[in-house]
Amino acid sequence: MSFYFAIIGTKDNPIFTHEFGTSKAGGDGLSRFRDDQRHLNQFIVHSSLDIVEEVQWGSGAMYLKALDRFQNNHISAFLTGANIKFILLSNPDTHAPARTTSTSSNRASTYAAYNPTSPAVEEATKNFFLEVYDAWVKTVMNPFYQLNAPVRSPVFRARVAAAAKKFL
Amino acid sequence: MTQPPSKNPQTALPQQSLRTQSPGLRYPTNKKTIYDRNLNRTRTAELSRASFAYLFVEMISYAQRRVTGVADLEKRLNLQGYPLGLRLLDLLLTRTAPQPSTARPVRVLPLLQFITTTLWKHLFGRPADALERSAANAAEYMISDNEPLVNSYISVPREMSQLNCAAYVAGIIEGVCDGAGFATQGVSAHWANEDPAKDAPAQMWPGKTVFLIRFAPEVLEREEILAKATA
Repeated sequence: MSFYFAIIGTKDNPIFTHEFGTSKAGGDGLSRFRDDQRHLNQFIVHSSLDIVEEVQWGSGAMYLKALDRFQNNHISAFLTGANIKFILLSNPDTHAPARTTSTSSNRASTYAAYNPTSPAVEEATKNFFLEVYDAWVKTVMNPFYQLNAPVRSPVFRARVAAAAKKFL
Repeated sequence: MTQPPSKNPQTALPQQSLRTQSPGLRYPTNKKTIYDRNLNRTRTAELSRASFAYLFVEMISYAQRRVTGVADLEKRLNLQGYPLGLRLLDLLLTRTAPQPSTARPVRVLPLLQFITTTLWKHLFGRPADALERSAANAAEYMISDNEPLVNSYISVPREMSQLNCAAYVAGIIEGVCDGAGFATQGVSAHWANEDPAKDAPAQMWPGKTVFLIRFAPEVLEREEILAKATA
């Protein structure tokens, strides 16, 4: 699994992005996006913003669950109180270069089983979002932080990476 | 930390002392960044009223330095409060909700209740005294406070009797509404009664202040659609 996480401001501007891989099931925590897929990720995340705005007023929930998919990319979203969007793109890397032929068939079978709406995956994603939200509120409480400004703090990035390692 | 001996110790030394683990990032002396602090602390540790009053007076005189009139001064106070509202919205949502993922206000009334109870209690230690909808204009809501804390040590000079320094609180309210996605056409603070001799309740609460919230038309439009969807 590879993940692309983005925080989008109120003007649809990216505030923070982070790319990582799964740490579950022996994963090394590194993303395996192909080089030509990286810019595509940004398009997919951007196009999902419309769907976030469609469901935004439907319920008061912050965690909006899995919203969208494009090919094998799945989008989950979380909305903060001030309408900052957290978007997580998850991609079972079916076309990642297999390290050995013997494991590739084994890996393909686990990816086919990946289901973003299963309770276990939803719960893990939710916990990840809540942990990031906690760090996000602390960022916002910084009196020197202005709304929609990019977040450059390495401590914040470390917090996101730690949450990713813990839950995804 | 081992560094190669420098040929010029005068310039090398201060750099070394500033540098910590990663370049460009400086930790406070206690090694605690803002991310290490708990969001839920200080339930009992409140700011003393004297220091708030002192700070607020300084804020007013700072805002007053370059203004042209009362309206301009109120606008400046409003702008000082606005960012505070944006921040408090998320902070209070995380603090109050047992399950933070179910807490976003999407309708006007829950938002206003959030302001009059949660926000007011956080800022002033008690809920607001009244919340009303304007009879004349459906887009207008009024929150009244009989004795605003911000005005308790402020005596307004006679020639500026229109001035209400609770404009600062109005700015906070505007920040909360705007942040939650409820655009306003401005939130303003008014004295409840211009002529105190006329009305009995005004004599009882001479400092009574009304915060007038005017929502933007698109907010009301959305509210109607949502009301139909749930009915």
